[in-house]
Amino acid sequence: MALIEANNLTKLYRMGDETVHALAGVSFAIPQRDYCAIVGPSGSGKSTLMNILGGLDTPSSGRITIAGNDIGEMSDDDLAVFRNQTIGFVFQSFNLLPRLTALENVELPMIYGGVLPKERHERAAALLQRVGLGERMGHRPTQLSGGQQQRVAIARALAGQPALILADEPTGALDTNTGIEILGLFSQLNKEGATIVIVTHDHDVARATKRTIEMRDGHIVSDELNDRSARHDANV
Amino acid sequence: MMRTSDLISSAGRALRANPMRSALTALGVIIGVASVVAMVALGSGAQAQVERSIASLGSNLLIVVPGAMRGGGGVRGQAGAGGGFDSLTLDDAAAIAQLENVAVVAPSQRARAQVIANGANWNPEVNGVTPDFLIARDWNIAQGRMFDETEERQARRVIVLGNTVAINLFPNMDPVGQTVRMNGGTYEVIGVLESKGQSGFQDQDDIVLAPLSTVKRRIAGRRGRGDTVSQISVKAQSEDVLSRLQEDVENTLRQRHRTREGEDDFTVQNLSSISETMAQTTGVFTALLGGISAVSLLVGGIGIMNIMLVSVTERTREIGLRKALGARQSDILHQFGLEAVTLSVAGGIIGLVIGVAGAWGMTTLFNLPLVVSPLNAGLAIAFSGLVGVVFGAYPAWRAAKLDPIEALRRE
Repeated sequence: MALIEANNLTKLYRMGDETVHALAGVSFAIPQRDYCAIVGPSGSGKSTLMNILGGLDTPSSGRITIAGNDIGEMSDDDLAVFRNQTIGFVFQSFNLLPRLTALENVELPMIYGGVLPKERHERAAALLQRVGLGERMGHRPTQLSGGQQQRVAIARALAGQPALILADEPTGALDTNTGIEILGLFSQLNKEGATIVIVTHDHDVARATKRTIEMRDGHIVSDELNDRSARHDANV
Repeated sequence: MMRTSDLISSAGRALRANPMRSALTALGVIIGVASVVAMVALGSGAQAQVERSIASLGSNLLIVVPGAMRGGGGVRGQAGAGGGFDSLTLDDAAAIAQLENVAVVAPSQRARAQVIANGANWNPEVNGVTPDFLIARDWNIAQGRMFDETEERQARRVIVLGNTVAINLFPNMDPVGQTVRMNGGTYEVIGVLESKGQSGFQDQDDIVLAPLSTVKRRIAGRRGRGDTVSQISVKAQSEDVLSRLQEDVENTLRQRHRTREGEDDFTVQNLSSISETMAQTTGVFTALLGGISAVSLLVGGIGIMNIMLVSVTERTREIGLRKALGARQSDILHQFGLEAVTLSVAGGIIGLVIGVAGAWGMTTLFNLPLVVSPLNAGLAIAFSGLVGVVFGAYPAWRAAKLDPIEALRRE
């Protein structure tokens, strides 16, 4: 059984008298250890899909299971626990809390997971080491560069030992070289066993992954494996 | 699920992030609690003072004065609406002494006189009394002695000084054995009364006691009949029989004066009931002051709500992020609720300290006893906590209900 199985997902929004089909029957599966990109222009439904994958939203109809959790059947509190235990979010604008140090930002999801302080510190420190920020654990976000901030955010995403890392335009706020570095980090994490889904409108970013799902008007229009050489280029 | 210690440190951190704002927000509660505490303490002090000063007049005491009391109650002395000043006589006192449950009856006559000694002069109230007056009023002699029955009957020129008079006329010497001049006559000081202190704005120690007959003959002058008195103090045997005795006294005097109920030419004041009435009045006054101050606490609470709403709006993105990272609605609710409660309880504690200090200052200024009960202090803290819960609830609920998708999209 794949990590994510989506079957005929729809999502309807009411906008005044009109009903908008943000998702119009989407089916796909993502196996464990996959590294895939969901691409499409704005309004294609990729953000809606990402919200549902992240347990921030529920589908209007259809069925989606992530690591055995049926998203459509869960209460608000169940979804909160699901997000905490199963999903690691990486955002375009990093979303680090400015008053907290890098270490404390990484600890944040573990606070909601009820992890004891001592274990929290150790795990957060180890994760910052792993993303290459072992020397900057006490820095606040404003004292870090964009790329460093995104590394902290990635360490935070890993803190709950999630089954799925969900990244929303993770390179959108970074310059090209830093973006490539971050994608390299994702690639590395994927090699070490993480399942990663990146949502982006940037095809260059998508080519750095193993697989590209392209969306348009609430439908999946293509779902292809990327060729290795292109991915290799992006990794350099 | 968030651990409690993490919840507390998170709230503390959020409040420290904006120290000025937190302090100003708490200030509303500080002022509210401080004024409630100070006002209630001041009111309770005034109440205790009223009770104490009425009790100092004597226990189980009825005071009969001439003239009908006008409505409203309170100690007004000789109201003199009807019947004039001459309606009470020594015979009335003798008749009252025959009643059941009477411990002591002490008729007295007030006068004003200038007292001269050592080249100093003083204008105290001169009260002509019988020796039983001291028993009726629970008063003791501090130095020397009281005059006795014989001296009273013989209208001897002996006097007992109140503490204030003694201090003013004989600042650096023992007054007992000295002589003073009063209305042209010479009087020997044979004793000094124990100090009773203030009763309201009246100094109870600004008094000279002389034998009743002496005052009637030599000081009060020849106004009215020779056997009238200005006051009769009646001490009952116990508190329980006081109101029954009051009725008996009233009936006896009505019989003797041939007046009907409602047309009395005298008034019987029951000090216990006056004390109760006064205590009730000051109690209402205290509640009123406390109530008005509580309004400022309410305003403080609204201040907390206002700032918490601003804070929720400012931190919308943070709330969205926290939810995305796994915060439940209850976690967010508790976090913001705790911030509000922390602000209000901290304000409450500081307010309590300031309020007690203020009450201390005011009671010292007005010479009142300071009454701060631990119950009131506890209530003030508990109430400020309640203010935090009530006014923090809505902002916290708004925060908890935020849609994380919308919240994360907000700039």
